[in-house]
Formats: sequence, structure tokens, C-alpha cells
Amino acid sequence: MKYLDEYRDSAATHRLAAEIKRVTTKPWVIMEVCGGQTHSIVKFGIDELLPPEITLVHGPGCPVCVTPLEIIDRAITIASQPGVIFCSFGDMLRVPGCHSDLLSVKAAGGDVRIVYSPMDAVRIARENPDRQVVFFAVGFETTAPPNAMSVHQAKREGLTNFSILVSHVLVPPAMEAILSSPNCRVQAFLAAGHVCTVMGTTEYEPIAKKYHAPIVVTGFEPVDIMHGVLMVVQQLESGRAEVENQYARSVRKEGNPPAQQIVHEVFRVIPRKWRGIGEIPASGWGLTPEYAAFDAELRFGVADHRADESPECISGLILQGLKKPHECPAFGTRCTPERPLGATMVSSEGACAAYYRYRPPVVAK
Amino acid sequence: MCLAIPGKILSVAGDEPLQRSGRVSFGGVVKEVNLAYVPDAVIGDYVIVHVGFALSKVDEEEARQTFEYLRQMGELEELAAPPGPAAPPLVPKPSH
Repeated sequence: MKYLDEYRDSAATHRLAAEIKRVTTKPWVIMEVCGGQTHSIVKFGIDELLPPEITLVHGPGCPVCVTPLEIIDRAITIASQPGVIFCSFGDMLRVPGCHSDLLSVKAAGGDVRIVYSPMDAVRIARENPDRQVVFFAVGFETTAPPNAMSVHQAKREGLTNFSILVSHVLVPPAMEAILSSPNCRVQAFLAAGHVCTVMGTTEYEPIAKKYHAPIVVTGFEPVDIMHGVLMVVQQLESGRAEVENQYARSVRKEGNPPAQQIVHEVFRVIPRKWRGIGEIPASGWGLTPEYAAFDAELRFGVADHRADESPECISGLILQGLKKPHECPAFGTRCTPERPLGATMVSSEGACAAYYRYRPPVVAK
Repeated sequence: MCLAIPGKILSVAGDEPLQRSGRVSFGGVVKEVNLAYVPDAVIGDYVIVHVGFALSKVDEEEARQTFEYLRQMGELEELAAPPGPAAPPLVPKPSH
């Protein structure tokens, strides 16, 4: 496929790796923000092609992983109600809440449906006027324009049986939370290419400046990631800390203004709790008062439910780049993708799940 | 979750900006895609698609830049040393 195959070219990837080796003189710790990048790095063994001085640590950019336990519980409560059609992206169904998951609700007779797009949920609401249809609106900035369009469209059509359960988080506040931690070891970032496709790159400039950390907006294929690492290392080695754009075929400095317009009409910035990290101020989106009628938490009265994480899980340290999955005693034993203890094992984009799949723990014979 | 892939616009329908949609081919697999957020995209353009929405139009000139950079790097290497053995293929690791 054009714009995909050529970015998986082995010769180009190795040539970039050789150039990274040539310019590297010191050890550097670089965090890739997005779970899609983590998956690609582990899947293609990109980190193993890098010189030993370069350490890639895996960031919090997996919305499935960071959706807090209590919102999963709220989803399960809503989906279990008679008459409700609960629509979700497929990867949220296996995520465990305190006692259950959405797949178990479906198995017990609940009407839980996997949709490809939030607009599919709007269509289901249109076709089922006597049923309450709820869409689980999870995601980072990338998914906000589609999710915002679903309620925008429902409002235009006057659909009174459609609502969304919102768990939207924002990348820049999470990067700041990581950089301002006293234990921070991250010196530079590969920023998330599709988040920046929507939001642009200007909000990263004050972060690069304040923390003197290079930020390179990067794509998702091996050539993109290797090129992004090279651009970061060139900055680190020369003492620069700028925002650069490796993924310019999709990302413009101003982002996508028509998408931002709908997002800002539907959502406002609020504090959000991140699974494994805790609450970060101004780190997510909730519905604006104009769209409060479409808020599933209000409609079903579940907004007050609270829940706490397993104390054994170290996903918070992994999401901040302080630990790697193999360093957790529960990894691959008490915590597996089938029975995850926490955030980073629940989705295929989580660092623990990616390691489990492509670098399973060595089992003693 | 932020997975988005490039596809080629085969047809466009809808006059109203927020209702604009099109048929997009992903290497032969054709899907209906919402084009509200790429108002200037036309038939033949490549768009980056996420959960049924085109989020950007691929900039062909920028797409060439990465490979132009690699080409220049290759020319410099050839000036410095004869070409070495071919790189091993980049294969996804088996999933366990």
C-alpha cells in the first residue's frame, strides 16, 4: 500500500540506524509517547537495532490503558441496564473493572456491540428510537474529532436516545507530568503523530523550552520511528531542545482547524484521573454544558462511582518510563493479557502486553 | 487506539460540509469514510483515516522528503566507502 510499504523498508531502516550509531556519543533516554509507536517498536524490534547508548522507554499514550477503573465500572453498570444498547471500540471490551468486564456483560445477555466508528452508534440510535444507545467515547486527541461529531450529529438530528460515556485524555499535560516528576529520566520525546495531526505542534513548544527536552513529532512505521529517533539524537547531541516534525506528510503546524472547531464546540478541558498515574489537572476533555444532555454519566446517574487500583501493579512506573515490564514480579505470572492486573497489560498497545506478546518472559524449566 | 492508515479517495458524495463522505480504498479494501474534516480533499488524494474519519490529506511533497534525505545520506556513504552487504529483512516478530 502506498505511504505504508515504503516506510517499512528494511534497507532504509538499517541505514537510519547506522546514522544514529554514527552520531551518538553519550547515553540518552527517549520516550515514545504513543502506544501505537510502542507496538511498532516491539513488533519490528526497532529498539534492538539502536546503539546500546539509546534507551527507548514507553509512554502513557494508550487510551485503553489509562482509562481509569471507575469509568470501566460505570460502563459496565450502564451496559447492564435493560433496554440499553452499549456501543464501544472492540479493545475496551476485555478491560477489567473491579468485578467484571463488558465482554462478560455481553455473555450474560447484555446488548454490547462493537462498532468501527462512533457514527455507527449514531446510526444504531436512529434505527432504535425505543432503546437508549450509549457510545463509550474513549481516546486521545486523535479520536476526539470523530467522537465529537457523533454527539454533534445527534444534536442536529434531535436524537434523544443517544448519549456518550466520555473518557478523553490529552497528551501534553501527561508529558509535563512525566517531565516534572523528581524521578524523571526521560530526556526527549517522540511525540504522537496522529494526535498532532489533529492538534498541531505549537502546544509542545513551551514544553520543549521549559524542560529543555527535544520533541520530535513522529509517525508509526519503522522508517518513521528510526528517523524520529535520529532527529531527537541529533538535537540531544548538539544541545538543542526544539519541536521538529518527522511526520510532515500528515502533520501541519496548525493541525486540523475544522476538526478542532467541532472538538471545542463539544468538549471542554477538565481534570482527569489516569489509570496507573492518578489525577492530572486539565488533562482531559468532558462535554460542554451545551452538550450535557448527551452525557451518559448524568443520564444514568453513575458519575459518583469511585474505585482503586490493584496495589501490586506497577503500571504507573512503567507509564512514566521508570520501570520496564520485565522488572515487575507479577509480569507474565499473576498478570497476563487474559487476567491483567492493571493499565499496561489490558490493551495490545500497552507496554506490558506488547512485551508479553513479542518478548514473553523466560519460564524456568 | 490512535491507529490511522492512508487510503485513496475513489469518490465523494454530499454537498453539505459536515455531511461530506467518500469511498476510500485501502490497498483494494474499500470503505465509506467521513470527509468533513478534509474539506479540500478530492478524488485521487490520499487521506489518513481513523475510526471512519479522514483526519488529514497526505502531503506528497513532504512524503518524498524522508526518502530524499535517505538518498542524500546514501550518496555521502558511497563517497566515503564501498557499499556493504545488503541489510537483513525487517520482519515482524511472531506473536506468542
